[in-house]
Amino acid sequence: MTAICFDHVSKWYPRYQSLSHGIKSSLLHLPETLRSLKRERIRVLEDVSFRIDKGETVGLIGPNGAGKSTTLALMAGVVEAEAGQVVVGSRVSPLLELGAGFHFDLTGSENIILHGVLLGLTRREVFSKMKAIITFSELEASIDQPLRTYSSGMIARLGFAIACHLDPEILLIDEILSVGDFSFQLKCNAKIDEFKRQQVTMVLVSHSMAHVQRLCDRVIWLEKGRIMGEGAPSVILAEYEKSAQLRHGEDRSSAA
Amino acid sequence: MQAPSILATHEPKAAREVNWEHLWDLVVILTQKEIRSRYKNSALGYVWSVANPLLFAIIYYIVFGQIMKVPVENYALFLMAGLLPWHWLANSLSAAPNIFLANATLIKKVRFPRHVLVVSYVLNEGIHFVLSIPVIIGFLLVNGMSPSWSWLTGIPLLLVAEFLIVYGLAVTLASLNLFFRDLERLTALLITVLFFLTPITYSSAMAPAPYRTLLYANPVAALIESWREMFLHGQLSWLWIGSCYLSAVATLLVGSFVYWRMAPKFAEVI
Repeated sequence: MTAICFDHVSKWYPRYQSLSHGIKSSLLHLPETLRSLKRERIRVLEDVSFRIDKGETVGLIGPNGAGKSTTLALMAGVVEAEAGQVVVGSRVSPLLELGAGFHFDLTGSENIILHGVLLGLTRREVFSKMKAIITFSELEASIDQPLRTYSSGMIARLGFAIACHLDPEILLIDEILSVGDFSFQLKCNAKIDEFKRQQVTMVLVSHSMAHVQRLCDRVIWLEKGRIMGEGAPSVILAEYEKSAQLRHGEDRSSAA
Repeated sequence: MQAPSILATHEPKAAREVNWEHLWDLVVILTQKEIRSRYKNSALGYVWSVANPLLFAIIYYIVFGQIMKVPVENYALFLMAGLLPWHWLANSLSAAPNIFLANATLIKKVRFPRHVLVVSYVLNEGIHFVLSIPVIIGFLLVNGMSPSWSWLTGIPLLLVAEFLIVYGLAVTLASLNLFFRDLERLTALLITVLFFLTPITYSSAMAPAPYRTLLYANPVAALIESWREMFLHGQLSWLWIGSCYLSAVATLLVGSFVYWRMAPKFAEVI
């Protein structure tokens, strides 16, 4: 069964920056502004097609600005594609970066409720999972303290613990797995393996080749908004590294 | 690539339907967050939400009541009865341009109904207003007056009307500000203008005829006058309340239209 399908998806951002220069200048030169809006578009994704099956773990790799985060945003449904069709099959949970959606004056347990509801659970559902979340985060001692007394590792634990208990069918992971101390990382890895066994679909954006190699069944390599390669991690990662080294070499020779 | 046309059937119907329980929980949880975060770091808590309008009331009382001698009975009470509902509106609107911006990381990553952020902010300010109504009762009692039974119908009616008006304006400002960041500064100016165009320090009856029609073009004028008439004299004018709801529908339509057009682009521009 297919969990995520991108069918000839293109995404471009207009240069809204020209508008944010000010209302006055954009209104005074209204026809120009409108014309420039139509002309000055930045293509972020161009004709991207792929499908991800239920239960698969897929890594998105590529240099900065390749369109990885935009792809995740399209999957999460926070932005819309200009062309093509994005079909996402079931309950999607984004794993948030450090502290997003948390409030630092609230306690750990209040933040669990806030975060859980923001991510799509009802309060009743959060309450029923509260104990499990606290136990998983190993933060029993400080759960009634305000979040601003937490270390960044503790906040990451809390975030991961909540995300794990949302019963996601699709989990979007954007560069956050390398947080927490060593023992918590082992716990995260174990949880991800458990998700794999439970047929949770995972999409992972990472610059850590070791992570991608270890976790992913398949890798999609994006560059400048296009798919450069797609397939088994060992094959694609090798190609990607080769191209990155090649570019690095070119840069050096052109600099010399 | 495989033929993706058949895949459209995978899209779950349930996800398209509105989950009312979840929507309600979102509003409750975000409103609680606003209220708690305001009070957690301040020892005086509740005092602050009353102190602000009270301070302005004192200033206006001295300037307009004592120095310029505005011919209004019980001028201090008159000012408070208009200033408290005004502050709900003014506080919400001056914060409005930043409501979405302050939640940028969330809007970029999570799909949830974004207007809930505005709803809970306006509700939070509304709750502070409701909590300050006893101050008006205090002023009434000091002046040898007392609350009227008409408050029982008047307060809910006007609360709903004001909530709708403020929400409609706030969601417009919050959405537009993502695209035109100048709006934040403009809003501060507009609120000051609106303050003087609204019968708060004076009553609309004092305005000369040509200005009075101008006053009625202001969607907030009827609202503030209705609150004050009810607080001071227990009177409800159905004509005024009707025009409050007319303004509510109008601002709500504008706000919903702007939000509906712009919300899909929020995550791109924030």
